[in-house]
Amino acid sequence: MFGIARTIWDIFLHGFRRRVTRQYPEQPAYLPPRWRGRIILSRDPDGGERCVACYLCAIACPVDCIALQATEDSTGRRYPEFFRINFSRCIFCGYCEEACPTYAIQLTPDFEMSEYRRPNLVYEKEDLLIAGPGKYPGYNFWRVAGVSIGGKDKGEAENEAPPADLHQLLP
Amino acid sequence: MATIYIDGRPYAVDARQNLLHACLSLGFNLPYFCWHPALGSVGACRQCAIKQFRGPEDQRGKLVMACMTAASEGARISIADAEAVAFRAGIIEGMMQNHPHDCPVCDEGGECHLQDMTVMTGHDYRRYRFAKRTFRNQYLGPLVHHEMNRCIQCYRCVRFYREYAGGRDFNVFGIRNLAYFGRYQDGVLESEFSGNLDEVCPTGVFTDATHKRHYTRKWDMQFAPSICPHCGVGCNLSPGERYGMLRRIVNRYHGGLNGYFLCDRGRYGYEFVNGDQRLRQPRLRLAGGPQSLPQKQAAELLGEWLADDRVIGIGSPRASLEANFALRAVVGARHFYAGVADAELALLRLALEILRRQPAAPLRSMESADAVLVLGEDVTNTAPRMALSLRQAVRQQPMQALEALKIPAWLDHAARELAQQRRGPFYIAAPAATRLDDIARELWRGAPEELARLGFAVAHALAPESPAVAGLAPEAAALAGRIAAALRSAQRPLVVSGLGCRSTELLQAAANIAAALRRLNKNNGRNSPKANSTAEARPDDSSSENDARLALAVPEANSLGLALLDPHPLSQALDAVRAGAATVIVLENDLYRRLPAGEMQSLASGLDRLIALDCIETPTTRQARLALPAAAWAEDDGTFINYEGRAQRYYAAYPPPGEMQASWRWLRDALAVAGREAGRWETLDDVLRALAAEFPDLAAAATAAPPESFRIHGEKVPRQPHRFSGRTAMSANLNVSEPAPPPDPDTPLAFSMEGAPTQPPAAILPFAWAPGWNSYQAWNKLQREIDGPLRGGNPGVRVWPAPSSGERYFRDVPPPPAARAGEWRAVPLYHIFGSEELSRLAPGISQLSPQPYLALSEADAARLGLGAGEALVLILESQRFTLPLVIRPDLAPGLAGVPAGLGPLQGLALPAWCRIERA
Ligand code: SF4
Ligand code: SF4
Ligand code: SF4
Ligand code: SF4
Ligand code: FES
Repeated sequence: MFGIARTIWDIFLHGFRRRVTRQYPEQPAYLPPRWRGRIILSRDPDGGERCVACYLCAIACPVDCIALQATEDSTGRRYPEFFRINFSRCIFCGYCEEACPTYAIQLTPDFEMSEYRRPNLVYEKEDLLIAGPGKYPGYNFWRVAGVSIGGKDKGEAENEAPPADLHQLLP
Repeated sequence: MATIYIDGRPYAVDARQNLLHACLSLGFNLPYFCWHPALGSVGACRQCAIKQFRGPEDQRGKLVMACMTAASEGARISIADAEAVAFRAGIIEGMMQNHPHDCPVCDEGGECHLQDMTVMTGHDYRRYRFAKRTFRNQYLGPLVHHEMNRCIQCYRCVRFYREYAGGRDFNVFGIRNLAYFGRYQDGVLESEFSGNLDEVCPTGVFTDATHKRHYTRKWDMQFAPSICPHCGVGCNLSPGERYGMLRRIVNRYHGGLNGYFLCDRGRYGYEFVNGDQRLRQPRLRLAGGPQSLPQKQAAELLGEWLADDRVIGIGSPRASLEANFALRAVVGARHFYAGVADAELALLRLALEILRRQPAAPLRSMESADAVLVLGEDVTNTAPRMALSLRQAVRQQPMQALEALKIPAWLDHAARELAQQRRGPFYIAAPAATRLDDIARELWRGAPEELARLGFAVAHALAPESPAVAGLAPEAAALAGRIAAALRSAQRPLVVSGLGCRSTELLQAAANIAAALRRLNKNNGRNSPKANSTAEARPDDSSSENDARLALAVPEANSLGLALLDPHPLSQALDAVRAGAATVIVLENDLYRRLPAGEMQSLASGLDRLIALDCIETPTTRQARLALPAAAWAEDDGTFINYEGRAQRYYAAYPPPGEMQASWRWLRDALAVAGREAGRWETLDDVLRALAAEFPDLAAAATAAPPESFRIHGEKVPRQPHRFSGRTAMSANLNVSEPAPPPDPDTPLAFSMEGAPTQPPAAILPFAWAPGWNSYQAWNKLQREIDGPLRGGNPGVRVWPAPSSGERYFRDVPPPPAARAGEWRAVPLYHIFGSEELSRLAPGISQLSPQPYLALSEADAARLGLGAGEALVLILESQRFTLPLVIRPDLAPGLAGVPAGLGPLQGLALPAWCRIERA
């Protein structure tokens, strides 16, 4: 008898405590920047597509939910012809981001992806590509790589000497 | 055998080999770059360093290069020695100093020997902070892509290209750390074997330019054990597919045939499969225009049409044994005709007759031939990979001196230094220059009959029983004497001929020489090559191959298979049509390549129903009432019989897309509609069983590879690497639920990444991979012993038993060809790029293919006052062709060279007399 009364009293007192329930979605949740949510493809500081279609994210993915196909522009710059993530399979482990040598693929603090139909969870490149560099503002893979592309010839990448002159015979 | 001690434990190894060879054969992981099992050792990269000790007491030892040190009895070495490990790590670090930050965009990535070796040595962090050396790339043609920054200066490319393959337009330039590997200027690589640079180069300097356009990583491709469909050699290939598209071809090691190398036709011809020349939809031609049919309806229609008993079938030398046999089952033996010109069928039958008596030499045993006569065949252009093997043969005789000097054959540059420019006896008799002329000791040019006469004279000089040649020109007689002397004094002489000249007498002459050589062999009791370090017998499955003295190049992948099915000559098919056969079914064949265009027209017009079953659109399919899309070789399973009579199974890399299906299934479905026995075939094995029942001779073809029921630990063999990616996204745009892997009722392979975890038998090994070895160097891990057969033996079986005695001589020596006033002898000239039907549809190959032309010798052109490029009319019987003149100084006078298989000239019956006029 006493126990029941005590319980009712406790509940009554709780009514005067500070509220901990967050009024989501009216009150948005705070997610740290490194939260592993919806995946995006970012761009170079100069606006070009960052992904070089190396397939490393695809092989790193434990559920195999990334598929893409590489292609090249006329200057030899490689990019994905299509890039597809099946988010109905994705487990948001972040391995793809870890594998990506160009910082192109990034997980973002957004989990609001619910859909009524599963096919809507299949994102193509148009759905993934954002306008900026995301979490890594400075990096541009093509400025480091030795392959020449439009606007960057041999020897013009970071830490590169000018192309060798094969006719010189100095020891 | 020798016993060596590796890190304290004894191992038995081959004493004729070096320590790297020994360590790798034993399964140790020892990094290396410049050594290649086919190229030998030069000690250029310093990557294979190990410690060698003088004896059990020696604790300090010294660093040696494993590839440069003989595996001598009692040698004590250490791979794990700390100093050796540090040395190897240092070498890699040095190589990586200038290496570009390219892996993500490098086509070698994921199958890069440099990546593998870097991981193996544990180098993982870059310390070098200075500027990297860079190079400009070169344009090397439509097949090979160049990215010179990635070079580690191992010299493998230049050793392969110049020393092994005999190319002249590629070299190393520059000095010190600026060594540059390429051409003296941009341009298409001339060697027909340039594609091997992709696999020989341990880095991404040379990559497949065709693959680059639709690039897929190795781990993402679905592979199949396959056989090249582009000539009669039967090289083993590994085609890779992704998203329903054939992505590329790489070599699949075969210890007796292609070894580590392919020709460029075989490597780059694959693109026809993806091309827009594919026949993709069943099509019925009606009065109102063509109409597409669904597969089922087309099969029913085919069944109805075939119920008629006036049906005849025309087989194909590029279709599988099974497809040809299914056609034969549909139309009956009486109505099964060869899909080749009558003359070619006669030649194929003759070749079979000869090969049943004289075993054919496998490619690898050709490499150890020490005297060679090539009779009438432009091997590089008709059986390309064979030419690469023949090129090695000229090294044999000079290398005999190695033994006395105690220089092992693997010590490549010492061996080459010793040989200098000396070459073993190699003679070529051909109508025009061949690409092997540069290694020949003597050349002889003439019309096919003259070449045959020379051959008969050689045979007679070797064996008096072989008929003598009357009225031979003195120079020819003298040459025949020299050739015979060279062949007689050789340990392992070889005569190579083929169907290229389309001459019966030539084949007979070659057969006589081979018979004479085999008899000499037996008399001298030197049936097998001596086992010494200079002349190694290439290990192969059958010992009879060691005394094979003959090789005959056959035109197509399954030419011999077709001939073995006993077809009637094609001309009789024309007669049958004239006599009232109303329905003709043509299997994977363009009859415009087999018959003069006029005859083909009249055949087609006399017919009610022309049915064409093919994987590509051809003039024949366009003319057919009913055209049915067959699976291309990469989408289909079947058996080809190569020039040796070796039956080899090829497998589909992916199931035939859309409305296409295997030819034998089309025919089976039709039979099911007609309610016939063969209509109950369910799997390829059923077809093979029926084939074996009807042709006991061909029963061996069924055993060329394991049957469908074969399992390893209860599982099928996966076609996909175990790291195949994207399974749950590849088709998610179409259906978000993943489809089950397509079933494969025909083979012990699965269209899946799941399955048997261990190495399957060689015949069903789809690709090379071993833990830590992602590049092609993984073949080392799959061989019984380095450079030997794969575990489980070389794939394929010879369909006829090894002949016991082969001494019978052909007696009909042809008379010298009489020149005809105002007429020319038109002979076919072959082109590796262009003469073959399927590969020439590949964009890369077609760029390199010549335009139709007419070739005359320099003397003849001068006599007629003709200039190069002038338009001439070639008149052959009633046909006229206007062609530009090409002046070939190398062509024998009196001959008119006509490119084989090109454009309107493809159906011509050559050799033939023709006339030439100014246009
Ligand atoms: S790992 Fe990065 S660069 Fe490579 S394919 Fe994925 S997103 Fe593109
Ligand atoms: S050659 Fe190998 S290590 Fe070099 S960039 Fe290419 S994949 Fe990477
Ligand atoms: S190009 Fe390749 S094979 Fe040639 S030296 Fe450089 S790394 Fe070696
Ligand atoms: S075309 Fe002939 S030689 Fe070339 S790879 Fe194919 S089978 Fe071998
Ligand atoms: S592999 Fe031995 S030195 Fe290069």
